[in-house]
Amino acid sequence: MSAHHGSLMSLLYGTLAVLLVASAVAFALRLKKGEDDLLVENLTDRINAWWVMAGVLGLAFWMGRPGVVILFALCSFAALREFVTLTNVKRADTWMLAALFYVALPLQYWAIWTDWYGFSSIFIPVYVFLAMPILSAIRGETDNFLIRIAEVQWAAMIAIYCVSYIPALLSLEIAGYEGHNILLIAFLVIVVQASDVLQYVWGKLTGKHKIAPRLSPSKTVEGFAGGVLSATLLGACLWWITPFGFLQAALMALIIAVMGFFGGLVLSAVKRDRGVKDWGATIAGHGGFIDRLDSLIFAAPVFFHLTRYFWTV
Amino acid sequence: MPLLARFTAIAIIGFSRFITAVKGLWPGGVKHQGQAIYFANHTSNGDFVLLWTVLGAMRRKTRPVAAADYWLTSPLRRFIGEQVFNAVLIQRDPEKRTQDPIDQMLEALDDGYSLIIFPEGQRNGTDEILLPFKPGIYHLAEKRPDVPLVPAWIENLNRVLPKGEVIPVPFICTVRFGASMHLEKGESKAGFLKRAEDMVLVLGPEGITP
Repeated sequence: MSAHHGSLMSLLYGTLAVLLVASAVAFALRLKKGEDDLLVENLTDRINAWWVMAGVLGLAFWMGRPGVVILFALCSFAALREFVTLTNVKRADTWMLAALFYVALPLQYWAIWTDWYGFSSIFIPVYVFLAMPILSAIRGETDNFLIRIAEVQWAAMIAIYCVSYIPALLSLEIAGYEGHNILLIAFLVIVVQASDVLQYVWGKLTGKHKIAPRLSPSKTVEGFAGGVLSATLLGACLWWITPFGFLQAALMALIIAVMGFFGGLVLSAVKRDRGVKDWGATIAGHGGFIDRLDSLIFAAPVFFHLTRYFWTV
Repeated sequence: MPLLARFTAIAIIGFSRFITAVKGLWPGGVKHQGQAIYFANHTSNGDFVLLWTVLGAMRRKTRPVAAADYWLTSPLRRFIGEQVFNAVLIQRDPEKRTQDPIDQMLEALDDGYSLIIFPEGQRNGTDEILLPFKPGIYHLAEKRPDVPLVPAWIENLNRVLPKGEVIPVPFICTVRFGASMHLEKGESKAGFLKRAEDMVLVLGPEGITP
């Protein structure tokens, strides 16, 4: 087993303890409020899905690089599928979409797998962005052309490019941290997802002032402040799994929690625009993959580049 | 079901889930129980695969009604049509018929099977949301009045593989079911067909979500 084995096991036990407490609370609420209470039912669904997600992520971590790269490639696939479903694409865009799903997505993750940063960082925003309108233009359908292309380019950015920054963390070369990079992914995912959950909990307990009632009625100032600050504290306390010091870890956690919040906000705006409540129905209690990934999508590239700029050799 | 057919069925269902992540939405969240005649809009050859997928374990007691002139034209299609889908294969061209299609469907119903039918009679490649229904569904409703008719709307599958394209593209698909219906006493054929069309249309893009 590799050097980070002990740290991963500690994280696993910590996650297990949190989920056990969450399930116990949900069970107690169920006894108190009855089985038919919708809020409790949704809470139970969410927690059960968390068990599955934590299990899948744990398994991927255990498998190492192949597990992590394949897991996030599949997440990208599912997210892209959800995103294009809400766009205005037409029959004439079939080649463009097929190329995106079956060529661009695997190529991006192949570059991540082989640590080819020079390729993975520009492949989608340069080459895919130029190739997509070409493939659609050849088919000769001009109705809504700009809208269709822009929508699918944004889909590629959100669902493939940004998500691929999570496994890309494996490629960073940090002095004295060799072989531990998987813990950077654990740090990112734990802080961002904990921030989401803590914002939800703080909002439910103390929320009064809505931040953006038209975008997301459940986001409140109290939820945002409480959630982001407690996630910052959690991140700081996880400094020992990172190459950062205590205060550096706190600052990183603050930045990714805030970016995560805005990711949720922006992708909620897209949902409102298209008149849907959730991106899909694949994850019981949560909605679709993008509903769960939204905050990671905005946090991952920033976390990657900050770490790369300040810590790599 | 023979082993090869069973594996093929699992592969087809797995593939359709991978491409479409299909979900069945039932009125009130409760799946229909027991025998039924499911009728739906028809835009793609994959339509009954999706219906089949969301029916879950009930698919073993459900047979799609499909065109013999399509499914018997090659050995692979014949295998999939007959062995995998266990389809009731009907001849669309009256000249070539040896058996009455309605009788074939009644026979399957009397054996206890549910049916999946597409009353438009062909894939809808037009800009119309729904083509006018053929009278077959009326004859089934008249001759087996006890079997409930369950409407369904299949959404987005026409985007996955538009007519004339070869590569399926992933889109999220849904199959939305409506409340079951029966032929009313004294209801005319035209009146019933119109009502059945409306039952499907309200589940569609312009309709109201049950």
